[in-house]
Amino acid sequence: MATDDTIPITVEFSGGLELLFANQRKLTLSIPTYNENRTRSNIAFLVQHLCDNLMKDPRKDMFVLDGTVRPGILVLINEADWELEGEEKYEIQKGDNILFVSTLHGG
Amino acid sequence: MAPSLCAICATNRALILRPKDHSKLCKPCFVSVFETEIHHTITTNALFHRGEVIAIGASGGKDSTVLASVLKTLNERYDYGVELILLSIDEGIKGYRDDSLETVKRNALQYEMPLTILGYDELYGWTMDQVVEQVGKKGNCTYCGVFRRQALDRGAARLGVKHVVTGHNADDVAETVLMNLLRGDLPRLSRTTSIVTSTPSAVSSDPNSHTNIKRSKPLKYAYEKEIVLYAHHKNLDYFSTECIYSPEAFRGSARALIKNLERVRPSAILDVVRSGEDMAKLVPGSDEGCGGVCASAVAAAEEGEGGCGSSNGRTAGGEMASMEMHLAQNDLAAENGLEVEITSVPAKKGKKNKGQPPAPRKTTKQVMGQCKKCGYLSSQDVCKACVLLEGLNKNRPKHEIGVVDEAQEDSTSGVQGVTNGINKVNIQVD
Repeated sequence: MATDDTIPITVEFSGGLELLFANQRKLTLSIPTYNENRTRSNIAFLVQHLCDNLMKDPRKDMFVLDGTVRPGILVLINEADWELEGEEKYEIQKGDNILFVSTLHGG
Repeated sequence: MAPSLCAICATNRALILRPKDHSKLCKPCFVSVFETEIHHTITTNALFHRGEVIAIGASGGKDSTVLASVLKTLNERYDYGVELILLSIDEGIKGYRDDSLETVKRNALQYEMPLTILGYDELYGWTMDQVVEQVGKKGNCTYCGVFRRQALDRGAARLGVKHVVTGHNADDVAETVLMNLLRGDLPRLSRTTSIVTSTPSAVSSDPNSHTNIKRSKPLKYAYEKEIVLYAHHKNLDYFSTECIYSPEAFRGSARALIKNLERVRPSAILDVVRSGEDMAKLVPGSDEGCGGVCASAVAAAEEGEGGCGSSNGRTAGGEMASMEMHLAQNDLAAENGLEVEITSVPAKKGKKNKGQPPAPRKTTKQVMGQCKKCGYLSSQDVCKACVLLEGLNKNRPKHEIGVVDEAQEDSTSGVQGVTNGINKVNIQVD
């Protein structure tokens, strides 16, 4: 039962976003399978989860803006553009790799 | 959602959704299309010629890294016959540029290109760390921007290279177009939208002069999103950072606007670029107005100062002065039947043609001149870099920088403030 309560996933940050997550480029974590509303956890939930629980940097708006991933940050779900996968509504599956890559930072 | 197949090969799973036309592509097809489009940009604009040595302005960031990788690929695939080298500018900011330069050094090995790193200390006698120590954290972007603008040209001249390519992408250009629109600065549009700009050799017959460098932006039509995806899917080694002196500089409002527009309507970015080009054609004295053949002049001296690791430093500068120089040059060119370059005509000739309404004030001696101190193309007796340096060297800033009371990310208007101030003085003298 316990194993079905959570989904193991990998979350990666690059393009400068790792700076907001204590310079960690890769996180292995488990998120609840269902969120409070008894719906399957999706990308929107994951983003909120990352913000609330894993992001120590106070500059939340560099990751999330107006309740969604900040424009200019690309989200790849198992290497595919999240726009091909339903964006925030994509329901996270066991073993998924979610990559957030910023296009906003310079060289 | 069922996975969709690539629109080109119809075999592989689509991983990329192209912003410009919503097409869904797989990884290999995307890489191939992306490279082919850059090739198309290069050939249709005749950016390169065989035997040319081309310096890639390399910062270690995504844009210049992708540029170097793609140019190497294309040069081999299509046999351009050009020699590619890397040119990096070290502003002298510990903990910021150090890591990027390490990336550039790796790139040099990966792409087998010779690398030259030129420091502000070497060029100007001051590192940015020293400048900040002297002037403080506010306003230092002005120095960095002014110094950077000349640095690539100076570096290229030292290497005897006539052509510098930079990684400016479609998002950068769209952002600049918007900023100029929002400022009501149409004259500058033509220069910021040109794919090729070159400083004229008008001020010097010395072929090695650093005022005789061509600049081009092969990634001008490439989306930032695709550049990042290309780097990701090709596993390119690049470095992302923000300048430690201006950590939030990328949050320029024009940039945010562009990114918000892209979310709603992805084609908007290229549409803004194209609108910028079309508007530029309508501006008197624009490069585009004569099909981009006429003296592109002055542009390189005034653009590409994108400091702060992001692009919102790219739009400052002596717009009016440049415009005047440009107009004056067009007049001169018309008088002499020259199209591209003016070499030895006294600037005073520009005083004719007074009847023409769009040309405001004609040349004073310094308009088309060289900086008396360093020889760099300058509309003033002494170029901005030398003015700032003089201040630094006197142990205090000579000019109060306009940015001081403003938010750091607004530093571009600070530069403009200084420039306009100088222009005003000139007008009165006139």
